[in-house]
Amino acid sequence: MLQPRSIQSALGFRDKILSIDYILVLSILVLGIISMFAMYSTDGGEFKYHTNSHILRFFVFFGMFFLISFIQLRFWHNTSYLIYISIFILLLSVKYFGLTSSGSKRWLDLYFMNLQPSELMKVGLILFLAKYYHRISIDKINSIKYLCLPIVALIAPLILVATQPDLGTSILIASGGVVVAWLAGVRAKFFVYSGVAMLALLPIAISFLKPYQKSRILTFLNPERDPLGAGYQIIQSKIAIGSGGLFGKGFLNGSQSYLDYLPEKHTDFIFTLFSEEFGFFGSLFILLLYTLIISRIIRIGNLTRSSFGKLYCYSFATAFFIYVVVNMMMVLGLLPIVGSPLPIMSYGGSSMMSIMFGLGIVMSCKIYKDVPVN
Amino acid sequence: MLSLGSGNTIIKSKLIGRRMFLITAAKAVVMVGLVGRLISLQINQATKYRSLSDKNRFREWKLAPERGVIKDFFNKEIASNEPLYQVHLIPENAKDIDNLFVRLKAILNISEKKVSYLKRTIKKQKPWEPIIISKNLSWSDFSRLNLFLHELDGVEPIVSVARTYPDNSSAHVLGYVSQISAKDLQNKKYLAELAVPGMAIGKTGLERKLDEKIIGQIGYQRYEVNAFGKRIKEIKVNTGQAGQSFKTTLDYEVQKYTNELLKDKAAAVCVMDVYNGDIVSLVSSPTFEPNAFIHGLDKNYWNSLIKDEKKPLSNKALSGLYPPGSTIKTLVALSALEHGIIKPLDTFRCKGKIELYGEKFHCWEKKGHGIVNLRKGIQRSCDVYFYEIARKLGVDRLSETAKRFGLGKKVLNDFIEEKSGVVPNTKWKKKFIGQNWYLGETLHSGIGQGYFQSTPIQLCLMTAQIANGGFEIKPRILSDGRNNKLRDYLKFKNDNPNQPLPADLLVANYNLKPLFKNQEHINLIKDAMFSSSNEPGGTSYRHRHQDPKFTFAGKTGSSQIKRFTEAQREAEVKQNELDYKDRDHALFVAFAPYKNPQYAISVLVEHGGSGGKAAAPIAKKVIKKVLERHELRRNVNNLMGESV
Repeated sequence: MLQPRSIQSALGFRDKILSIDYILVLSILVLGIISMFAMYSTDGGEFKYHTNSHILRFFVFFGMFFLISFIQLRFWHNTSYLIYISIFILLLSVKYFGLTSSGSKRWLDLYFMNLQPSELMKVGLILFLAKYYHRISIDKINSIKYLCLPIVALIAPLILVATQPDLGTSILIASGGVVVAWLAGVRAKFFVYSGVAMLALLPIAISFLKPYQKSRILTFLNPERDPLGAGYQIIQSKIAIGSGGLFGKGFLNGSQSYLDYLPEKHTDFIFTLFSEEFGFFGSLFILLLYTLIISRIIRIGNLTRSSFGKLYCYSFATAFFIYVVVNMMMVLGLLPIVGSPLPIMSYGGSSMMSIMFGLGIVMSCKIYKDVPVN
Repeated sequence: MLSLGSGNTIIKSKLIGRRMFLITAAKAVVMVGLVGRLISLQINQATKYRSLSDKNRFREWKLAPERGVIKDFFNKEIASNEPLYQVHLIPENAKDIDNLFVRLKAILNISEKKVSYLKRTIKKQKPWEPIIISKNLSWSDFSRLNLFLHELDGVEPIVSVARTYPDNSSAHVLGYVSQISAKDLQNKKYLAELAVPGMAIGKTGLERKLDEKIIGQIGYQRYEVNAFGKRIKEIKVNTGQAGQSFKTTLDYEVQKYTNELLKDKAAAVCVMDVYNGDIVSLVSSPTFEPNAFIHGLDKNYWNSLIKDEKKPLSNKALSGLYPPGSTIKTLVALSALEHGIIKPLDTFRCKGKIELYGEKFHCWEKKGHGIVNLRKGIQRSCDVYFYEIARKLGVDRLSETAKRFGLGKKVLNDFIEEKSGVVPNTKWKKKFIGQNWYLGETLHSGIGQGYFQSTPIQLCLMTAQIANGGFEIKPRILSDGRNNKLRDYLKFKNDNPNQPLPADLLVANYNLKPLFKNQEHINLIKDAMFSSSNEPGGTSYRHRHQDPKFTFAGKTGSSQIKRFTEAQREAEVKQNELDYKDRDHALFVAFAPYKNPQYAISVLVEHGGSGGKAAAPIAKKVIKKVLERHELRRNVNNLMGESV
């Protein structure tokens, strides 16, 4: 268990290749290919803009995933704070130079792509907190003094993103951070206290909500409230999924999306489209793929030795799970429409980049599982 | 340091592992929940969502079915269908709307006003919604348009069918069709499933009565539409089913002839087969142009129709109410005979007027008719004679006979516009006017004035039932192919002249309902009517037919509009010296041929003056026309009789 450092650092290329988790890679690839077909269907059975750029992005970021995998985990540990701070600066610059689209300022124009730093922050915050809790000793974890920095690191991007406004992504970012803190051993009572505090602050928070956000929540509670307005998306999504039945309507035959009844079919509602065309069994297959990916990440967390690696893998797996579940619950009418993409499946460069980046570090944990990070 | 660090790491790892286990358990629960939701939506409620999705996906456009045709007795179409040429435009298919309208204006001759109206409409609606450029194009315009079609992107020539009538001679009987109104949808239940925008429905006459069956079954085009309502592709077409066609008892040739005769008069004619009640002709004048209603009525034309004091839109033969005047005298005489009030040869002296409780009742003949019996009373239409017998008969017995012969109730049940008229009696007056009956009113009723109100078709039925020997007939305008047994009975009677059937056997064997107690009384009335038309001194003697083939027996009548003042009576003012509005309505009823009656006729001329002068000449001509066509009609009847 305690082998000399020098032996472990001297991993050959062959060892690295062999220690890749091929089941995880294969699962990602299969999901990626499925997402390409789904995207092809949203374009009405043609290779149009969305399909082409989705395919390109998938392979570019899939390549990036391998690149990141082969970089030592120590490097990612050492640069964690830097990465977090860089993303934070990007978030700040969105505030000032961001592109505004449909009422919210979320993107930075990088000329070759529009970057959404809030997506990257999902991974950035996990990296930051994993390193933080890796470094402090177990007895300090629950002292108030050492709780301050994580709280600031969590709240700061949360506010920046929530005011873009993008409530959905800010909640998803926060959930990742909370998971790291929980895994690191922060006492349950802190979570209970902050939960109670949030409930108490809820009325105040509601008064800050934009009218459209309030309407989304009310609509979620009763979609028939406004079937042609805010309730439209939930209703049409449920119709699409329900009408898919056991086996689905067949590839390229999803009438709900083909005839434009389905909103946002490229991004948030891509699962709806897939589920309409491939039915219950298709949906189940997607769920299984996601379960497989998540369990492989957890397995890597089990294998890796460093607390940093464990914290990171477990947290990322849980965050990944939350992204998937929130998106699915949303399109299945179990949650309000908050605007969260489905990892890997949804159209969107930043989301794809962020997920592949996160998965790359997971794979790095696998390859360098026995190498201490400090 | 190293061991401390690694010990720390081990404790941390254990802690992390423990907490991760909790999270994993939670994840499993959530996953199961997701699968449960999928099962609920995609398996348990799949059918519900499937139908909701189809409801989204498909939209149906209704197609108006072809209206059934209406034919006359000889299968000539008197309400038929013609191809209708329309031009529609789908704005999104047009490259340049402005340019297109310039071209269309040149080809179709559309006004500048219409073009700007169309352009405004296009701006308001969705670009894929078709707009009607022209509702009803002539064939030449339509074919010219087709010639240029290749350069008119977005323009679609549409061929459908629309109602058409050969002329306006039967406008009142047939009625007219026009677009469904909101009120129609409310009132007519059968339209709920049928309503197609732009579909024409029957508004009056037979078109209205037959509407439910003649419309046919609606077709539809099912399209797949997207969320914005744009048609993506056609899924299914059902052209529906054309409506049922109907054959009437009318004779188009007689309709046309009669209509021409009545031109410019406010008048009505009704001709009926005295045996089976077939309405051969039913004309009201002035008429209107039924074709003008089909594609939206011109406002000026509509105004001219409703302002005309001759009321072209009302069907006078069915809904015009007129006191029957002297035409009722046949029934007064019959009633008196049947009740044993008078004998045919009982006489009264007519001095031109009688006095009753200080009130004077005048005969139309100021000089008086002298000694008058029943035959002469009817022949000369002597008012005094009828005052006398009406006084003896009483209004209640008279009204009973009048009702039996069809007055006071609707003759056909095909027309909502038909009126039932009034046959007054003491009870009626008490109920509707709230006063007791005066004897003087009985005298007025005896000559068909006062409260009496009848329609020309009722008078025709009355005459027909006298002509056929006093049997009840049920008039009909739709030829149902059924033959009643009256003709059979007459044949039996001719073959067995010495064995007249008793009344109860008549009912049992021939399903006939006699309206008399003694048929001899009917014959007396018919003979008197003959003398009125064919013997010197008769009121319509001047307009008789010399040819025995056409000889008719009739009775004149005039319904009073205004009572003469004493001064007018003294000055012997003639009807044609009065204002048009104040002149009496002229009436004439007759049946022909006298020897072997086939048809009954009633003629009304509003403000025509006297029946003998204004109405009888029209009857004379129509009778000739109808009898000339009798052979043809009998052949068809025989054919139909065999087929039953």
